Amino acid sequence: MATVLHGVGAATALSASKSIDSRKFQLPSRRSLSERKGSFLVVRSDGRMVQGSRALRAEKLITNAVATKADTSAASTASKPGHELLLFEALREGLEEEMDRDPHVCVMGEDVGHYGGSYKVTRGLADKYGDLRVLDTPIAENSFTGMGIGAAMTGLRPIVEGMNMGFLLLAFNQISNNCGMLHYTSGGQFKIPIVIRGPGGVGRQLGAEHSQRLESYFQSIPGIQMVACSTPYNAKGLMKAAIRSENPVILFEHVLLYNLKERIPDEEYICSLEEAEMVRPGEHVTILTYSRMRYHVMQAAKTLVNKGYDPEVIDIRSLKPFDLYTIGNSVKKTHRVLIVEECMRTGGIGASLTNAINENFHDYLDAPVICLSSQDVPTPYAGTLEEWTVVQPAQIVTAVEKLCQ
Amino acid sequence: MAVFMRKSSKVINHLKSKMGLLGVINLLSPSTLFHHQELSVAAPIARTLRNPDADLSIKATLFSSQRFKSTKADKHLNSLNDADDNKILDFPGGKVSFTPEMRFISESPEERTRCYRVLDDEGQLIIGSNVIQVGEELAVKMYTGMIMLQTMDTLFYEAQRQGRISFYLTTIGEEAINIATAAALTIDDCVFPQYREPGVLLWRGFTLQEFANQCFGNKADYGKGRQMPIHYGSNKHNYFTVSSTIATQIPHAVGAAYSLKMDRKRACAVTYFGDGGTSEGDFHAALNFAAVMEAPVIFICRNNGWAISTPTSDQFRSDGVVVRGRAYGVRSIRVDGNDALAIYSAVEAAREMAISEHRPILIEALTYRVGHHSTSDDSTKYRPADEIEWWKLARDPVTRFRKWIESNGWWSSEAESSFRSSMREKLLHAIQVAEKVEKPPVADMFTDVYDLTPSNLHEQEKLLKETIRRHPQDYPSDVPA
Repeated sequence: MATVLHGVGAATALSASKSIDSRKFQLPSRRSLSERKGSFLVVRSDGRMVQGSRALRAEKLITNAVATKADTSAASTASKPGHELLLFEALREGLEEEMDRDPHVCVMGEDVGHYGGSYKVTRGLADKYGDLRVLDTPIAENSFTGMGIGAAMTGLRPIVEGMNMGFLLLAFNQISNNCGMLHYTSGGQFKIPIVIRGPGGVGRQLGAEHSQRLESYFQSIPGIQMVACSTPYNAKGLMKAAIRSENPVILFEHVLLYNLKERIPDEEYICSLEEAEMVRPGEHVTILTYSRMRYHVMQAAKTLVNKGYDPEVIDIRSLKPFDLYTIGNSVKKTHRVLIVEECMRTGGIGASLTNAINENFHDYLDAPVICLSSQDVPTPYAGTLEEWTVVQPAQIVTAVEKLCQ
Repeated sequence: MAVFMRKSSKVINHLKSKMGLLGVINLLSPSTLFHHQELSVAAPIARTLRNPDADLSIKATLFSSQRFKSTKADKHLNSLNDADDNKILDFPGGKVSFTPEMRFISESPEERTRCYRVLDDEGQLIIGSNVIQVGEELAVKMYTGMIMLQTMDTLFYEAQRQGRISFYLTTIGEEAINIATAAALTIDDCVFPQYREPGVLLWRGFTLQEFANQCFGNKADYGKGRQMPIHYGSNKHNYFTVSSTIATQIPHAVGAAYSLKMDRKRACAVTYFGDGGTSEGDFHAALNFAAVMEAPVIFICRNNGWAISTPTSDQFRSDGVVVRGRAYGVRSIRVDGNDALAIYSAVEAAREMAISEHRPILIEALTYRVGHHSTSDDSTKYRPADEIEWWKLARDPVTRFRKWIESNGWWSSEAESSFRSSMREKLLHAIQVAEKVEKPPVADMFTDVYDLTPSNLHEQEKLLKETIRRHPQDYPSDVPA
């Protein structure tokens, strides 16, 4: 828990990219709690680490034990030294570990090979694994996503990188009609263990076309899973889990979060694809968020704490399906929900989540769910305008105050 | 000088390695090249630029482009060294020679690409054909396969008209493409069909009962009743489930070829599509990718003249599909799609090239879609009925092949009628059986969306079952709840 909050401070100062000393980048040692093959550590949303080959929710979470505040170092991750790295390096580390572990894992995308990827996530991999396993593709998103699907159906585990998530709009046909469907329509005969990932979200003046939030368009497609990472810790964990999953998974990264620094454990771990992350337990209001907005929320949380509020912040992480268990428990505790997201107002993740909460936890709500989203406009280029299309901490504070009246 | 020699031999070895099955181009031995201080690599490059059949890619070399002075080497130079055209310069992508003459490449060739055919309309082998020998056993198997396909088409089409199945799509007129291509492949080759290739699955051993089960969508269907009829798929036959979307399977095949290449398997990927499918973006990108990635994939285009109601003249203005291969750097051939022997030979040769040289091959099979596009179409609305009749009777690929095997004494009209009637009987029986089998249970609606059914789907299933239980009269009785 403590480790997660280290990254918060860096969030708002995302301009300078620190140069990375490659010697600092080490492969983690494979110490795991047991020597059994296939066993690894899974981090539950309350920060406890358990062993398990699958993060099934068979055991009940003891919610009272969760009430450790940010200051305590109860999380066992803090006791191990770990190593510090940036989010894109964490993604790369996860990718590299999986490529070492399973020779079927391969990467394809534009400029992922010797160029190392436009956000450096695949840097060095082509040198290590060769041009065939880290494949540079011509510019045809629908087709290389199709290629990935074909490769997955024949036994490989490809990771398709969209240089920017917005480009994957061109791959929508393959993702919706084939990736999500073929396992079902073939009667389970062909599986598609593909990972589709890339940076999305509103960046710093990237222009409207490069500031898309594709999670809203993809969320209806049956057959796919969607997760969004927000810290180096969960980036690596989700990347590994996505690669190991037998289902097609879309991993949403955010352009502005690649340079977040955090200390992550040396030993191997994965994060569950279907679980939300408890960022800050609280009593007064549940704030649900994901990706970059998590940092705006945490910044607002500081202000709120000073004003005497005790917000519970949950990073939902799993966009499809929603972790209604964790969310539900929180709603039952606080009775007030605020959703903060970067999607547009219409048809975004927040809209679906609002509906899901209203349907399932209506009786527990003391006030209507408030959803803060971006406006229904293409992202303007001018910096000041762009800043005001996304939700700012001040708006979050105002919304909480209104909710808690 | 020593440095020059090293680089030169690298170029020559590189050029040599690109030759493959295409035959030999007389390469100068290194000694002749280094006859003089000034040397240029113009000679070997010149001949490759001039030789239209050479499939060589010329990487940028580090040589200067000085005029070649040796008399011996001069003999090998073509008119490239005429007054105007002797300047060669490097651009990204390789050396290219200049010309001061402004010449546009014509949009259509003087002569259309020739079509490979070995059996004439009377089923006689054309003199001078190069063709792979097909023995009696294989020929009869191919022929009976075509009959089975025809029987399937007739009976399932009728079943749809009788309302027993909801949809069907025939392969009439394209039986030779279906069976002969399948015969030239092995079971290890991954097949990515469009939808007009059930013959390939038939060849690989899919039974009439299995076909019928899929068309009726009963619980024995491998697709568990989730897809329309004719959307067959079988992993044990290496035949990837048909997806209705046009041309999306083409990049899938390239991905599969990439996978086979990584596994170093002696197999290739094969994909089929029609003339209409070549207009889709996926076709172009897939061919491009396959060439760049040197993937062992065979692209088979069934150019049957029609994309539902769109004739090829409205689909593209190029000389058919075969010329597009060269545009992407893919070796290609045009074949008579109604000549089973020609197809068999071409596919077998293509497969060998694809696997041993790691290259994609494009095969355009010219044919005619005798049937309607599907049971939802009446093609007499957009094309003359006598045109259809002519192709059906005078240019039938099955008849043509039968004439050939009969002329070899391998088949007779008695064998014909007995085989056809036994096929018809078997298929009628299979249809009757399939019709009676239960439909898949409601639970199958929610499985296989993911590997394990998630909680929201369990919930939705529960809701549905409850509704069915409460209002049984509103739900079909033959679907088990």
